[in-house]
Amino acid sequence: MPFLELDALSKHYGPVKAVDDVSLSVEQGEFISLLGPSGCGKTTTLQMIAGFVDATAGRIRLQGRDITHAPANSRGLGIVFQSYALFPHMTVADNVAFGLEMQKVERAERARRVEQALALVHLDAHAGRYPRELSGGQRQRVALARAIVIRPPLLLLDEPLSNLDAKLREAMQFELRTIQQQVGTTTIMVTHDQAEAFSVSDRVVVMQSGRITQIDTPYEVYEHPASEFISRFVGKTNLLPPATDGGPQRHVRPEKLMLKPAGQGRADATIVDRFFLGSQWLYHLESPLGPMVVVQVNDGSPAHPPGTAVALDWDDAILRTLPEGGR
Amino acid sequence: MSDTASPRTRSAAWLTLPSLLLFAVMLLTPLSLTLMLSFNEYDAARGATGGFTLSHYAAIVSDGYYLEIFLRTLRIGLITTLLCVVIGVPEAYILSRMAAPWRSVFLMIVLTPLLVSVVVRTFGWSMLLGIEGPVNMLFQAIGIGKTRMLYTEGAVITALVHVMLPFMVIPVWTALQKLDPQVEQAALSFGASRLTAIVRVVLPQIMPGILSGGLIVFGLAASSFAIPGLLGGRRLKMVATTVYDQYLHELNWPMGAAIAVILLIANLIVMLTCHRVVERQYRRRLG
Amino acid sequence: MPRNGSFAILFNTLVVMFMLAPLVIVCLVAFTPENTLSLPGWTWSLRWFRKVFEHPDFVTSFINSLWLATVSASLAVGLAVPASLAITRGNFPGRQALEGLFLSPLVIPHLVLGVALLQMFARIGATGSFVWLALAHVVVITPYAMRLLIAAMTGYDRSVEHAALSLGASRLTVFRRITLPMILPGVSGGWLLCFINSFDEVTMSIFITAPSTITLPVKMYMYATESIDPMMAAVSALIVGLTAATALLLDRIYGLDRVLVGQR
Repeated sequence: MPFLELDALSKHYGPVKAVDDVSLSVEQGEFISLLGPSGCGKTTTLQMIAGFVDATAGRIRLQGRDITHAPANSRGLGIVFQSYALFPHMTVADNVAFGLEMQKVERAERARRVEQALALVHLDAHAGRYPRELSGGQRQRVALARAIVIRPPLLLLDEPLSNLDAKLREAMQFELRTIQQQVGTTTIMVTHDQAEAFSVSDRVVVMQSGRITQIDTPYEVYEHPASEFISRFVGKTNLLPPATDGGPQRHVRPEKLMLKPAGQGRADATIVDRFFLGSQWLYHLESPLGPMVVVQVNDGSPAHPPGTAVALDWDDAILRTLPEGGR
Repeated sequence: MSDTASPRTRSAAWLTLPSLLLFAVMLLTPLSLTLMLSFNEYDAARGATGGFTLSHYAAIVSDGYYLEIFLRTLRIGLITTLLCVVIGVPEAYILSRMAAPWRSVFLMIVLTPLLVSVVVRTFGWSMLLGIEGPVNMLFQAIGIGKTRMLYTEGAVITALVHVMLPFMVIPVWTALQKLDPQVEQAALSFGASRLTAIVRVVLPQIMPGILSGGLIVFGLAASSFAIPGLLGGRRLKMVATTVYDQYLHELNWPMGAAIAVILLIANLIVMLTCHRVVERQYRRRLG
Repeated sequence: MPRNGSFAILFNTLVVMFMLAPLVIVCLVAFTPENTLSLPGWTWSLRWFRKVFEHPDFVTSFINSLWLATVSASLAVGLAVPASLAITRGNFPGRQALEGLFLSPLVIPHLVLGVALLQMFARIGATGSFVWLALAHVVVITPYAMRLLIAAMTGYDRSVEHAALSLGASRLTVFRRITLPMILPGVSGGWLLCFINSFDEVTMSIFITAPSTITLPVKMYMYATESIDPMMAAVSALIVGLTAATALLLDRIYGLDRVLVGQR
C-alpha cells in the first residue's frame, strides 16, 4: 500500500479541467516534485491534497485513510506557503508553537519542540522576533519550522523558494533537502523551476494542461524526456535529422556536443554568437543541420570569436530519440 | 490560486442576517412608507387622508414657488461644484508635489475639517461673514465698504464650498497618487511647457477623479440642509429646508414626502453615475 | 520630486486659511469676555465655557450625544464585522447586492431618511425612544465601518488563514487568533469613525429626536436659529477640541490619511 495515493483526481471549474485524472503513488520518506509551467494544475493538485480546494472527482488516500473530503484543519499536514503566510502579529516562536497549541501539546513539551525545530533551521537566536524583522530567507525557514514541528505525515511545499533571490534559492535548495532527510517526512513540492526540482527530488512529476505527462527520477526526466515539450521545458536541446529516412528525430543536449577544429568533426559549423555564463560558454552556431546550441566548460582557454569555422562532433551513444507520438 | 469555493463558505451568508434585518426595518421600510405617503391625498384640516393622487408631484412641476426652489438648489449646487473643481483640483495637484512632511500636514489640514460637526463650521462662517465680522473688517480696510453677506446665496455657497472641498480633493488626490510622476517628466523632456504637460498629460489621467468628485459634491450640496438652514434664513430656501418646513411647519407631510422622493431619486442618479465613472475607469485600467 | 512655484505656495496658503478660518474664529470668540460675538482683545475669559456647563440643556444634550455615539458606534461595528466577513470570505449569491445595500446610506440624503423615520416612528410610537434613535444612527454610520473593515479584510494575504487551518485550528480559532488581531486596526478605526459621524449627525436627528433624546448638534442648530451669543462659540470650541483629540487617536490607531482618503 502506498503512503499517499492520488487516484484519478480531478478538479473542474465549469468546462475548464484544471486537474484532469491525476494518479500518483508516493512512498514513505520520498521527496516528490510537481513540475510544470504555470496553469498546469500543479498548485490545484497540491491544494486538493491540503484540503483548500474540493476535488471534483477521484480519491486522495493518506496511509490508507480516505481524506478526499476531510476538512483542511483535520488533515494534520505541514504546509509551506509560497508567501510563507507567517502570522504577522506573532513572534517566531509563537508562529512555530501555533500548530502544537492546536494539538493541545502541553506547555513544556511545546517549548522543547519549538526550540528543537528552530535549531534545525538555524533560527534559535531569533525566537523572539516578529516576521517583519526577518529577511526573506529567514521567513522561509520559520515557515518550514512551523510546518515540520507538528510532525506531519506529509509536508507540502508550494513554490517555497520562488520569493528568494537566485543565490539564496540555491543555498536553500540544499538546506531543504538536508532537513527533509533529517526528519524523514514524505514531501511534495510544487515548482516551475526544473533546477529546483532536479536538485532536491527523488522523483519528478511533470504536469501539462492538468495532466501528468511523466513520472521519473530527475536524471531520467532530463536524459529521457517523454516528449519534446518536456525536453524543452527541462533544458535546451538540439534536433538532429533522423538516422534513416522516416526514422525518429534525434535530440542531443548542448553540453554533450563537442567543438572540434574545422573539418575534424561530423558536421561543419560557424560560430554566430557567444555568451559568457561564468563557468561555461554558450555558443550559437549555424550548420547544415540547422541552428545549434553548444555549451562548453570554461576551462581557461580562450573562447572562439564569432565567425570562427568549427566542426561539431558527438558520441552516438548520447543521441536520444523521443517515444512515438510524444509531443 | 486562492480558490476556496467549498460548501463551508456558503454558510457564511447568515452572518449578514442581523445587518440585513436592521436595514430592512430602518431603511427599506421607512423609505417605502415615504414613497407611499407622497401619493396620499392631503387635507389642510385633517392632514394625510389616504387615497391616491399625483397632485403633489403635479404641484411641484407646475407651481412657480417650488420650481424656483428647485432651480435655486440646482444653481447653488452647480456653482458650489464649479468652485470646488476650480479650487480643489489645483490644490490636490499642489499637495501632491509637496515634499514629504508638508504634504501630509497640509493634506490633513484640508481634510480634517470633515470630522468637525457641520453646525460648528456653519456657525463659524456666520461669524466670519457677519456685519461686524472679520471679512467685513477686511472689506472696509481695502475700501469696499460694509456688505451684508449673511442670508445671501453667496454665504450659503461659501460655506458649502468649505464643507464640500474635501470631497473634491480626495478623489483627485487618489487619482494623482496613481499617476507615474515620470510620465509628466517625459512630457517635459519632449519640450512641452509646464502648462502643456499639465493639460495634455496630467489632466486627462485625473479626469475620472475630477468627475466623480464633482458628482459627489453636487449630490451633497444639492441635498444639504444645515447650511442653508442657518445661513440662508427664511427667504433663501433650498429643497432640503423646504422639506423641513413642509413636515414641521406646514404639516403637509404628503407634499414634503413628494419633494423628498424627488430629492432621493435625483441624488441616487447622480451618485450612481459617479459609481459608474469610477467603475469604468477601473475596468479600463485593468485592461 | 518637482517643486512648487511661489504662486502654488500662495494658492495653498489661501486654501489652508479658508479651511481653517471658521474653526479658528469659533475658538477665538469662545474666549471673549463680552456679551456679543466679538474677538477677545487683551482680556480673555472663560465665562462662556462656565455658562455652557451651567446650561442644563447643553449638558444634557452633550451627554445624550456621547452616549448615543458610543452605543451606536459599538452596534454598528458589531454588525459590520460579521457582515464584512461574510461579504469578503463567503461565496454565496447576492454578495454584491448586500454590499451595495449596506453602503447605500452613503448616497441617501440624511434629510430623506430623517423624514422617512419621522413618519415610521410616529406610526409605531417610537418617537422619543433612545433605542430607536440609536438604531437609526447605526444605519447611517454602518457604511463607514463597513468600508474600513472590507478594506482591512481584503488587504492581507489570505493564505495566513489557510496556514492556521492547516495547522489544525478550527474556523472560530482562526477568526479569534488570526483574523481578528489582523483586522483590529480596522475595527477600532471603524469604531472611532462611526463615533465621530454619529456624534456630528444633525440632519436626520433633527426629525427623530425628542426633547428627552435631543443631541448636541441638534440643540446647537436649534439654539443658533433662535439666538446668537458667545455661548454657541464656547460649545463649538469644545467640539473642535474633542474632534481634534479623536482625530489624533484615529491617526495613531489607523492613520488619518487612510481613514479620510480611503485605500481601495
